[in-house]
Parts: sequence; C-alpha cells; structure tokens
Amino acid sequence: MRLKRKDILTIEDLTRDEIELILSTAGSFREVSEREIKKVPTLRGRTIINLFYEASTRTRTSFEIAAKRMSADAINISASSSSVVKGETLKDTAKNLEAMNPDCIVLRHPSSGAPDMLARFVKCPVINAGDGSHEHPSQALLDLLTIKEKLGRIDGLKITIVGDIAHSRVARSNIYGFTKLGAKVNVVAAPTMMPMGIEEMGCTIINRVEDAISVADVIMILRVQLERHKVPLFPSLREYSRLFGLDKEKMERAKKDVVILHPGPINRGVEISPEIADGPYSLILDQVKNGVAVRMALFYLLLGGGRE
Amino acid sequence: MSIKNIIDAKAIERALTRIAHEIIEKNKGLEDIVILGIPTRGVHIAKRLRDILEATEGVHLPVGSVDATLYRDDIGMKQDQPMLKETDIPVSIDNKKIIIIDDVLFTGRTIRAAMNVIMDFGRPANIQLAVLIDRGHRELPIRPDYVGKNVPTSMQEKVKVRLKEIDGADEVVVEAE
Repeated sequence: MRLKRKDILTIEDLTRDEIELILSTAGSFREVSEREIKKVPTLRGRTIINLFYEASTRTRTSFEIAAKRMSADAINISASSSSVVKGETLKDTAKNLEAMNPDCIVLRHPSSGAPDMLARFVKCPVINAGDGSHEHPSQALLDLLTIKEKLGRIDGLKITIVGDIAHSRVARSNIYGFTKLGAKVNVVAAPTMMPMGIEEMGCTIINRVEDAISVADVIMILRVQLERHKVPLFPSLREYSRLFGLDKEKMERAKKDVVILHPGPINRGVEISPEIADGPYSLILDQVKNGVAVRMALFYLLLGGGRE
Repeated sequence: MSIKNIIDAKAIERALTRIAHEIIEKNKGLEDIVILGIPTRGVHIAKRLRDILEATEGVHLPVGSVDATLYRDDIGMKQDQPMLKETDIPVSIDNKKIIIIDDVLFTGRTIRAAMNVIMDFGRPANIQLAVLIDRGHRELPIRPDYVGKNVPTSMQEKVKVRLKEIDGADEVVVEAE
C-alpha cells in the first residue's frame, strides 16, 4: 500500500481511500510518542525543510517534532529571518534549497496556491502546511483522526463549523475531508464571513447559531482571523462574541455527548469562552497530540517508499 | 503451483506444548518472563503459548506485541512501504527475560529489527527466540532457542502458517511455483 502521489497539497485532491490510509497509518504512529525513547530510525539520513512564511507555533513545532521522531533531520526556516527579507522570490528560494538536496519541503505561505507552484519547481515531495485562505490539509487530517479516535467513525456524523469561513483554510480542508468520509457538514457564520458558493463544496448553510449547535455531533470553532480582514467585518469583538462565540448558554442546546474542536490559536472570550475551551467537551489538546502522529504518517507515506 | 501440507492442527498444538515445557525448563520456571509476539500471526501464537504456560505453572504472564516495521533495513528500497502494525509492550522490560515469538524464521532480518525495537524500550536481562517453523536461509547470525519444526525449503518456496484466529484453520503449508 502506498500513496501514489508526490505531494500533499490539498484534501480536495485526495481520494477517500488515500485519506483512510493516512488515518490508519497515523493511528499506529500515536504509540511512538508515548514511548520513553520517542524516536524510531525509519527516516535516518533524510532531510526535511520546514519553510514558514507565516507565524506558526503549533504547526511548525508539530512538523519538526514529527520529523525528529522519525530520525529525519529537520531544518526550520522562517521568512522573517531568511533571504525573503532581502527580496528573494519563492522560486529562487526553492531552487537554492533544492540544490542542497532535501527529501521533503513543508511550506506555509500567505498566498493561496504557493505550495502547488513550489511542487512544480522541485523534485522532492512538498507538503502544504497552510496556504492563504485555500487549504491546510494536515490540520483536516488531524481533525478527522481526533474525531475517529473519540467517536469511532466519521460516516454519518453531523459536523457544524462556526466562524470565519471565508478566511479559513481549515474550514475548506475540513469540508472536503468530512464530506469525502461521509459526514454531513453545516456551516454558520456572520454574512460578511460566509463566502459565496460555499454550498458547492457539499455543505449546508444554517443561519442561526443555535440551530446549528443543536443538531451537531461535532462542533468546530474557527478563529476570527483579524489579520486577514482588509476591512472590518463586524462592529466589535464583543458583539461577535455575543452572537457567534461558543459559551455555556449556547452549549445548553447542544447534544449531551457533543465534542468541540478548534484548530488554534484560540482567542479566549471571542469565538470560544474559557470554560468551554477547557471543559469536558473540548478535544483541543487531543488535536495537537494527533497532529504529530498525522505528520509522522505523511512523512512515512511520502518518504518511506522506494525511490523512483 | 504445488501445495504441500507439512503440519496440521494437532501437530501445531503438540509443538507449542513442547516449546512451553522447554521454556520452563531452560528458565527454571517463569519468573521475569515477558512474551512478545511479532504481528500478525506471532501475536496469536504468543497468546496460545501464554495460555499453555499459565495452565502448566499457574502464574500470570505479560504478553504483548512488537512491530518491527519502522526498524526494517529495506525502508526506502521497496516501492511500497509496509503497513504499520501494533507495538504494545505492557510492562517495563528492564531486567526481564524476553521471549520473541514469530510464526516463520527465514532471513532473520525481522528478528534483528524486533530486537532493536525492544532495546529502545529498556534493557532486558536477555532475549530468547521461539518460532513455529524454521525454514533456513539465514542472512544474519541469529538462531532460535525454541523451534516447533525445522522445514528445509528452497528460496522459491513460500511457507504459510494459517491459524484459526485469522485464517479459520490451523495448518502449515509449503507452496512451490
């Protein structure tokens, strides 16, 4: 069994079988992180470059830990401390990195489509670690793994995604992932944060937050991405929080066994109240734990096979 | 293709009973013994062996599994990477006597990899190896301590162990082209 593709750029490209292969492989990798010696020799001598053009704590650390636990050498480059500040283009950076013969490049970039372009320039596998408001495939995979671990299945579940859908690459990757695995996805957002034509991705728009919460088996809260808003999309954070923030009062309508996900970083008191973020429904830290396993699985499946 | 049946259910049961007694004899009892099967069939054989040992000596034995996939020496050489299986070592293995169980011993490369996995979990007092079938053709200096049956084979032949738990019947067959 293997992934018959060079890169992981989007969930949209992946088939259901490919997603299930990644999830089952990741499930086996969880145990490695619980060992006393949290390292296996599988990717000894391989070099993985984490090229990050945007701020990131979770994703970058997670990719780095995953690479190191597989015994690969991980190199982290962030735009602010690289030749990007001297005006080097992505293409030139890619060509120069390729001359040092890496085995995989992980790219986060503020422009949608940048990983796709990079993948065409370089021979090694490219993993998209988030591109603009396009996709964030490893995040969707870890969300799927977390739900599968807790609820035992994806097929037939009702998923509600609340928040800044228009700017969220996490929402897009997750809508593709959940619908491919047979879940039903409802989205709810302020009208200024709801992109046109989102239904074409296979999800349903619900207008009232309360309705969307009451039907959900899984609630996924998105961060309000103020840094991507070119004009203000709502009058005040307080008003947003009152209308769309998940708090104790809104949770009273939810199913008793509902689970809550948030891709982080959370804005406490804006899209989620502290008592919900830290409460019993929250799987936020399970998501982070599963992130390492998913990224180990991606490295294994892309780099562990034969060289062509 | 010719298929030759080498041992049947009764013979497998007898072989495991004999191995169990050899383990007890060699280790002068079952103190500090931990049994680790190599997935998939090694784990089922390990559980059967555990049942025989516990019934004979009236003690409780820890049993687990050790998947050697991530320690293989052919990662990156085969076109398809092998699927991962479960590693579950339920107790601390420091100063324990580990018995690795596999269905067929062939080149010895899986056992080498399994020993490296075990060494990363702790420092056992010793490691012993029990196999149902030894088919020869070793490529590393590894020998079993307990053997159900020695079966001389050619490189072209395949040895298949079938177990009730997975395959619905207990038998060992040799397939030749």
